[in-house]
Amino acid sequence: MTGKKELAVAALQNGTVIDHIPASVLFDAVKILGIEKLNTHVTIGNNLNSKKLGTKGIIKVADVEFPEAILNRIALIAPTAVVNIIRDFEVVEKHPVQLPDTIVGIVKCGNPKCITNNEPMKTRFEVVDRENVTIRCHYCGHSVSNKDAQID
Amino acid sequence: MNSNSLVSISDISKEEILHLLENARYFEENPNHKILDGKVVATLFFEPSTRTRLSFETAVNRLGGRVIGFSDASTTSSSKGETLKDTIKMVSNYVDLIVMRHYLEGAARYATEVTDTPIINAGDGAHQHPSQTMLDLYSIYKTQGTLENLTITMVGDLKYGRTVHSLLMAMQYFNPTFNFVACDELKMPIEYKEFCDQKGIKYTEHKDFSEEVINSSDIIYMTRVQRERFTDIMEYEKVKNLYNLHNAMLDNSKDNLRILHPLPRVNEIDQDVDDNPKAYYFQQAQNGLYARQAIICRALNIDIKEVQKS
Repeated sequence: MTGKKELAVAALQNGTVIDHIPASVLFDAVKILGIEKLNTHVTIGNNLNSKKLGTKGIIKVADVEFPEAILNRIALIAPTAVVNIIRDFEVVEKHPVQLPDTIVGIVKCGNPKCITNNEPMKTRFEVVDRENVTIRCHYCGHSVSNKDAQID
Repeated sequence: MNSNSLVSISDISKEEILHLLENARYFEENPNHKILDGKVVATLFFEPSTRTRLSFETAVNRLGGRVIGFSDASTTSSSKGETLKDTIKMVSNYVDLIVMRHYLEGAARYATEVTDTPIINAGDGAHQHPSQTMLDLYSIYKTQGTLENLTITMVGDLKYGRTVHSLLMAMQYFNPTFNFVACDELKMPIEYKEFCDQKGIKYTEHKDFSEEVINSSDIIYMTRVQRERFTDIMEYEKVKNLYNLHNAMLDNSKDNLRILHPLPRVNEIDQDVDDNPKAYYFQQAQNGLYARQAIICRALNIDIKEVQKS
């Protein structure tokens, strides 16, 4: 009986599994994807063992397939994340997230004198260095690496 | 968004820079020209700046246009909490061009996104001030006869000085050699040195404002070392007079050397330099008028060649 319950949580019939999220940013990823607002079954695991990352987080969302653009928003903080699309218990698609060229409305600019911190407007960052994941504010030019980026 | 807006010097190409310089020269020869007849220009100065505002307003007046605007945001609706977006949208209804200065960085870029009226950035915080860069380029071009292959020495506050950063970026097309003269606290930020490396621009860094550096220079660009930039006031006291220029230091300098300074100066250039023909900072400020006339015409899509024919 207990075993069955565990299985019910672990396996998705339909939906999305996002795996290989670094443990330290799991809850930021949850926030960026807007998972708090969903009504379907959501399973979040963190500090799980990972060969690649040491510890990792995982998000399983039943009955939802996110648009690519939404998934790619987490690439900034979790470039290692892998998306699995599940249909009828089968993984029909599996691919890593991809960092977009511009990131709108997720990151807060670290420059207190930036216009984005003083007007009711969305922030916008351009990716200037893909290797070290560095982004630059479209408005004030302030640069920040993904490790130091503040999620709004 | 209007593509004739000018927010940052990096928005315009080498060809456009050269074209603007050519037009600045035309306006120097013909400063009064009624080509803005019927045009209204707004000068929105959310932060006070006498020099920049007056030269923009003079530029419009000499071109026969009309000016509206404010020089102090405390007398406007922004003091009642109006957003920049609303102010810009409202003013856009009245005018053909907006010249704006704002204390927040990125304000001008944002303004271009909320209106189709062209915007000229007249300074946004410590970020960009492209018309200053154009007048610096015009001053260099005018005094040296070229922008190519010059040795430019930048002195003083190279860390926070936006004018030196923008000038450095703009010079990328012209094969310059830079000398950066500053103390450790105010030296050229790493991102600009990396920029030079990427573009193959030669530069050397110096702590001493030595005769050797001065004598190798075609242009010396002086800046003010500001006390408020220092976390340690003792450090400021130690360096405040290290980067001052005196007339005697120019004895063996090149004949074509010219001294530039964005002004206001305090004591970094001694008064005894003012009478040296190599001192150029006052004419430099005057060149601002012609550079701004050229920038205004670009923003309003006015072809000077057509004007010359008529």
